[in-house]
Amino acid sequence: MAKYHVTTSVNGEPTEFLCSGEQTLLDVLRDELELTGTKEGCATGDCGACSVTVDGTLVCACLMLGTEAEGREIGTIEGMADGDTLHPLQRQFLEDAALQCGICTPGFLVAAKALLEENPDPTETEARYWLAGNLCRCTGYDKIIRAVMTTAAELRGE
Amino acid sequence: MATAKQEIGNGNGSLKYVGTRPWRPDGVDKVTGRAKFGADLSLPGMLVGRVLRSPHAHARIRCIDASKARALPGVKAVVTRDEMPEVPSQWVPAGEVQVNYRDMSQNVMAREKALYDGHAVAAVAATTAAIAKQALDLIEVDYEVLPHVIDVREAMQADAPVLHDDMFTQGVEPTPETPSNVFKKVHFQSGDLDKGFAEADIVVERTFTTKPVHQGYIEPHAVVASAGEDGQCEVWCCTQGQFTVRAYCANLLGIDIGNIRVTPSEIGGGFGGKTVVYLEPVALRLSQLAGRPVKIVMSREEVFRASGPTSGGAMTIKMGATKDGKITAAKAWLAYQAGAFPGSPIQPGCMCVFAPYDIENAEVEGYDVVVNRPKVAAYRAPGAPISEFAAEGVVDEIAKKLGIDPAEFRLMNAAKEGTRALYGPKFGPVGCIETLEAARNSEHYSIPLGPNQGRGIATGFWFNIGGESCATINVNEDGTATVIEGNPDIGGSRASIQLQAAEALGIPPEKVRPLVADTDSIGYTFLTGGSRVTFATGMAAIDAAGKVVEQLRERAAKIWDIPVEAVEWEDGYAKPSGSNAGDFEPMSMAEIAAQAGKTGGPIAATASINAQGAGPGFGTHVCDVEVDRETGRVTVLRYTAVQDAGKAVHPSYVEGQIQGGAAQGIGWALNEEYIYDKDGRLENPGFLDYRMPVASDLPMIDAVIVEVPNPNHPYGVRGVGETPIVPPMAAVANAIENATGIRMTDLPMSPPRLLEALDNGGANGGS
Repeated sequence: MAKYHVTTSVNGEPTEFLCSGEQTLLDVLRDELELTGTKEGCATGDCGACSVTVDGTLVCACLMLGTEAEGREIGTIEGMADGDTLHPLQRQFLEDAALQCGICTPGFLVAAKALLEENPDPTETEARYWLAGNLCRCTGYDKIIRAVMTTAAELRGE
Repeated sequence: MATAKQEIGNGNGSLKYVGTRPWRPDGVDKVTGRAKFGADLSLPGMLVGRVLRSPHAHARIRCIDASKARALPGVKAVVTRDEMPEVPSQWVPAGEVQVNYRDMSQNVMAREKALYDGHAVAAVAATTAAIAKQALDLIEVDYEVLPHVIDVREAMQADAPVLHDDMFTQGVEPTPETPSNVFKKVHFQSGDLDKGFAEADIVVERTFTTKPVHQGYIEPHAVVASAGEDGQCEVWCCTQGQFTVRAYCANLLGIDIGNIRVTPSEIGGGFGGKTVVYLEPVALRLSQLAGRPVKIVMSREEVFRASGPTSGGAMTIKMGATKDGKITAAKAWLAYQAGAFPGSPIQPGCMCVFAPYDIENAEVEGYDVVVNRPKVAAYRAPGAPISEFAAEGVVDEIAKKLGIDPAEFRLMNAAKEGTRALYGPKFGPVGCIETLEAARNSEHYSIPLGPNQGRGIATGFWFNIGGESCATINVNEDGTATVIEGNPDIGGSRASIQLQAAEALGIPPEKVRPLVADTDSIGYTFLTGGSRVTFATGMAAIDAAGKVVEQLRERAAKIWDIPVEAVEWEDGYAKPSGSNAGDFEPMSMAEIAAQAGKTGGPIAATASINAQGAGPGFGTHVCDVEVDRETGRVTVLRYTAVQDAGKAVHPSYVEGQIQGGAAQGIGWALNEEYIYDKDGRLENPGFLDYRMPVASDLPMIDAVIVEVPNPNHPYGVRGVGETPIVPPMAAVANAIENATGIRMTDLPMSPPRLLEALDNGGANGGS
């Protein structure tokens, strides 16, 4: 099967890969680029475990083809910490025990970061609706929402 | 936080680390994407495996022709029933349930018949996913489609299609001469039921149904298997029990246990659903045939169609009480659908149904029934949420009819220390009353309600188990320690094991590194389930730490040249005591470890236990709802979940278990169900149509921890993982009744169902 050559940027790194026309961005990240922090929970855009950003916009990597990454800037969980310094959301998730099994955690963190970049002062309801595309079966969302709200306040300097 | 304090600990009467909330030891890996889950492993030369599944609910497999698939370039192996060993019937205990190796084998790969939509009939291993998919299309299966049955009551009818010709109901006298779908009847009885009902001033009888619901873990099943030419096999998979996978693969494929090593990956949720095998034996067989590693990952559709939900149930509950509020008699009839093979959690369902109450006269009969659905797997307190949903509805109705506050009515009848459970034993110290009192006394319980709003309360019980566990502690040269254990960490158990080991050693938790090991690197450890890990494996870690402390004292005694009896261990330091007190400076674990080579060699110890005396868990939940009478939609406004944890080792993760169980229960109550078409095909095998709660569906869930110590654990620990899913369905139903006056008896109480009941002025389904 013919493969396409794609030039893109992943977490700020210039990146090239070959992919088939039917591989999703999720397949490419996981299978071609070995960035397995982005998870597959459904492959139909319903669970948010594969949340990434494309040019800063939150998307499900399973709903986008690998070839569509051409010329874009992809952001994944692997790019969230700054070297050995965790992002405030990552720290607060640990502080608040906002994860149990951890499979949905990368998706929630990427989605929550996108939320706070768009709306630094969300209400609890706004946070819940923004994150409604990310399924968690372990926590009941309580500690996740608390961690996001606490981090939002921290980033606002409160 | 309500408390019932205890005086046990690391020698000075208080606990220093147990009960604190440090970052979990595996936390950074899980917030950075570094943690390796089931689908994240790849090996050189690895093939891609795919499974062909039956499109029919019930069909005889006349013939499978895989010759075209085998001939496709890139296909390296094909497995059908012909490549899988035929396994004889043998029941073996597996924690809270029993499993049969023959049935398990036929569930993993269909033999004479396909028994449900999604049943595996063949599998391929190929060099790419595209070729594997193409190969599946080339496999020709000749099916003779048979009549099917989906509903549990229909499956019990005499004229129902029979799934297994050799199934003659067990537990009835005489044993029937014709086969049926009823695998067994179970029966429990105490006291004199007739006398009990005769003493009652009020008797309520109701019939209830629940739908099968899926555990809903976000991570699909995944495995990499590699069989070497020397017969040595390696399996990496997401499982709740690597030793269970090893035993199942060995028995299903006829491989010696010692020739299989299973390494658990991180596990992306399980809730009981990853205590069984689906892909592992198939991947291993494919690898044997192909001579290369094989990876199989289920799609979400496969997870829904072919992995275990919990049972749906049909139940009738009859209960009588005096007008001053004493329950005098209770009777339950329960039928649980098991899926395509026997083994529903009907037994625990029967044992738990009235467990929160002290009832002298009771009788329960239950039936395990096969239907053309995927074989059920354990799901968090398997069996209990179904039967207790029904019983708690009747309890609530009696309280209302008697004009007694539902919390008070439960308190008047609550199980306590000395209460004899229907299934035999007397309870030791239990926290049923304490959770009820905490719920009744909560601020939540007295907040005024608005129009169309209602409040419900329900109590739940689960046994919890102990069982076999090993732990090894190695002291490193710098005085830090590694705890090696065998339970996949599904929700924070590394943290709870770390804290208990740290407590017993007297060193800070950050100096204790927990490691979940493969089957060759730690002694047999039963799976992560039954709310057992923090209790049982925690005790193994404490025992191992005790042995390490003994060694540390001996080494200090040697260095100081005093008798070991004259050395005490306190807060991570050896100290001379008695007549030697003050003679030497206290010596730290690091100082002793640094000299280990000169004082007798490495310091390490292993403990292996079969933990008994898991303290039962009780929880009481309070739920406020608002009902939209136009649409039938129920909004959960406020939720409080109280639970007895014995001793909360890491309170944040105990709260997390309580909140997560409550959320799953709310989904079970309001939305989750399997929808089958007339041909028995699952119509909603995806997260869009199988509607689990999302963040915007739920309020904050106030978790309240009550601590009634378990006397059988050094720090008082009880398991906490399962009990929280028991009360929610009844708490929500009772709240809806409180809001509308309508007693919903059929789950889920989804908008169309509630709207219909509202339109009918209160009639709902089975009652």
